[in-house]
Amino acid sequence: MNKIFEKGGKFYWLHSTVDAFETFLHVPGTVTRKGAHVRDAIDLKRILILVVIAAAPAALFGMWNVGYQHGLAIGDTSLNILGNFWYGFLKVLPLYLVSYIVGLGIEFASCQIRGEEVSEGYLVSGFFIPLIVPVDIPLWMLALAVAFAVIFGKEVFGGTGMNIVNPAILTRAFLFFSYPNYMSGSDCWIAYKPTEKLVDGFTGATPLALDGASAQYGTGFWDLFIGTVPGSVGETSVIAILLGAILLIWTGIASWKIMCAGILGALFVGGIGDLAGITTIPCYMQLLYGGFAFGIVFMATDPVTSAQTEAGKWIYGFLIGALCITVRLFNPGYAEGMMLAILLCNVFAPLIDHCVISAHMSRKAKKLKTA
Amino acid sequence: MSQNYVLKKGLNIPVAGEAELRVSKTVAPGIVAVQPTDFKGFLPRLLVKEGDRVLCGSPVMADKKNADILLTSPVSGTVREIVRGEKRKLLAVLVEADVQQQCVDFGVKDVTKLDGKQVREALLASGLWPWLVQRPYGILADPAAQPRDIFVSTFSTAPLAPDAAFCFGSELKAAQAGVCALTKLTSGKVHVSLDSNAGDSPFAALQHCELHTFQGPHPAGNVGVQISHIAPICKGDIVWTVSLAGLVAIGKLFTTGRYNVRRKVAVTGPMALQPSYIDALPGTPMAAIRSFCGNTPADQLRVISGDILSGKAVGMEGYLGFFDNQVTLVREGTDQELLGWIRPFRFNQFSADRSYFSWLLPKKKYAMDTNLHGGPRAFLMNDGYYARVLPMDIYPVYLAKACLAGEIDKMERFGIYEVLPEDLATCEFVDPSKNNIQEMIEQGIDLMLKEMA
Repeated sequence: MNKIFEKGGKFYWLHSTVDAFETFLHVPGTVTRKGAHVRDAIDLKRILILVVIAAAPAALFGMWNVGYQHGLAIGDTSLNILGNFWYGFLKVLPLYLVSYIVGLGIEFASCQIRGEEVSEGYLVSGFFIPLIVPVDIPLWMLALAVAFAVIFGKEVFGGTGMNIVNPAILTRAFLFFSYPNYMSGSDCWIAYKPTEKLVDGFTGATPLALDGASAQYGTGFWDLFIGTVPGSVGETSVIAILLGAILLIWTGIASWKIMCAGILGALFVGGIGDLAGITTIPCYMQLLYGGFAFGIVFMATDPVTSAQTEAGKWIYGFLIGALCITVRLFNPGYAEGMMLAILLCNVFAPLIDHCVISAHMSRKAKKLKTA
Repeated sequence: MSQNYVLKKGLNIPVAGEAELRVSKTVAPGIVAVQPTDFKGFLPRLLVKEGDRVLCGSPVMADKKNADILLTSPVSGTVREIVRGEKRKLLAVLVEADVQQQCVDFGVKDVTKLDGKQVREALLASGLWPWLVQRPYGILADPAAQPRDIFVSTFSTAPLAPDAAFCFGSELKAAQAGVCALTKLTSGKVHVSLDSNAGDSPFAALQHCELHTFQGPHPAGNVGVQISHIAPICKGDIVWTVSLAGLVAIGKLFTTGRYNVRRKVAVTGPMALQPSYIDALPGTPMAAIRSFCGNTPADQLRVISGDILSGKAVGMEGYLGFFDNQVTLVREGTDQELLGWIRPFRFNQFSADRSYFSWLLPKKKYAMDTNLHGGPRAFLMNDGYYARVLPMDIYPVYLAKACLAGEIDKMERFGIYEVLPEDLATCEFVDPSKNNIQEMIEQGIDLMLKEMA
């Protein structure tokens, strides 16, 4: 690194930024000073880039789907795969630009203030945020939400690794509570300009919003599984999300326990709802609707904000699944529960861990006493 | 009753440069250092001055808190220099060895006929007492304490660790005498753990002790891990541990009447030319192994007394540590690697994480260097990521964080009594956030020592 960026140099205020770009390009020549003299080749950059790769199929499919749904809405299905993708790509690109410029800007500035190296955490959050918001969201809203989430969700706690709730989910929650008109209803999940004429009788409601009413179209098992339905960019295709899940589980980055427990929790409450006649939806369909799959694979498993202990992961995952479906079944005003379920469980994860560890410690103490 | 413990968690780090089972050099005693810094909790008071004559086994310094604990010279000769560091801290006493070695005669004794007090006195007088390490905290054993049990691990699973059977397999008689001596020091049991990773251990023949066998990857050979499986340390417990080298040295004191700590030392590591064993004393200058380094410039070479995970970088001017029977030579990894982290394959880098492909090459040995492979970050992965390489019933990240925060209650709860920094070395190795976990634990232990004193 050039001397002017070192402490005392003219451009020291850019130190963290320069360091971030420098270490992005090459692994620095830093050697171990204390403790183990050799270290594993793994670093957080590698782990987090794998999360991005895992989410890439969902993102790519989502972009195509944006174009496809737009075509359906205006009754013009002449575009081919690439055309649809290109339309969606141009729609999503500004979201990415806003997400990364605002989020990384704040991250760089905060790291400089703290005098730390820039952490890679936002690389992943920034990749997720455009995937979980409506594609037509005004960019200034997104910028505001990202700023709120990064500052109050993460930096005030001390940056990546110290946060209590997932910044991506917090972004969405901020939008949801501040601008509900843009975040729910039947027309926010499909990209179109106000000047474009919609097909007669078209409703852009997501399958979840149609819940209860007889499903009119595009809500069959396979539509939901493949993802050719309206929704947030990344959340619709269960199969693309499953691809990501396989990579995350194989590399051990995301916990399979949380995912399994989440699915069990959703099936449990969904099944009760079905049996009790609260809903007519079979419980397994709940796994395909809305943001459940994306949330349980990518959001709930965030290693910072999820439960840390092994037993805690089962409890945490189960609660997310169960809460998500509970909100869906018992809240007529708002059809999706995944965001709230994850936020709530993020907050309770430390408590879950505390209970698990306390129970473990007293068991261990008892065992030692009898031994 | 012996029990076989099979440990699943842990990590064998495949470093290149294992020592060949032959002694390539016998280091003739020239200068030998007696270093008080090798012993945690030892406050040195000098008993000699420059120019004094000492014999092998003569006291060189004593502990200020407990004048009975002595460090003795491993050779006979003349005190050449007293090395002091900052604030006149005593770092080493250098003894220049005579050509003809003379030893203090402590007298051959039948250890089975001695009582606890006599064994204690013999160990204290000969300077072998510091081989006894007290847990919790890994400090010098207190001669007035009554240990609950004494533990001996006859093997090490650390990377490139010396082969115990090769080093001490022929000293079975001395080891047996050592075990007999230890039984006099405790009202509890003497637990000896054997390696069952590679066939039968020669130490399975030891008597008057509880034998346990352990199987599994590093750190299964760490005595701390073994204690936590055999009989965990609770608050208020005191146990002692002795290394195999110490056990043999203690045995020899009674069978030969002499202070003899000479042993085989493995010179290992990716940078060692023809890695093999040397015959040496603790305190031997590292210059004695210069022939293993080839032409590597000194600033590109890290000379470690001990293993690659928990050893001490002493440099070519340093000396072999008292407890160490291994020297590791690694390259300083000061070079930058272009786009390292984003390359899909990096077949020459080892990673225990499956986002790299080391799992495809389970037999491969890696010429590792000291590069950190990333920048320091806050803990991001959760506890399970670290616990998979730690075969103990504790939560490593919680413990490390409690140590960082200096919260005594939490440190106690999360198991500070059971661990030494070396036990969490594998956690430190795999940490993608590059935290110095061993240092955190060390800080925690120091705080406990201060607060509980």
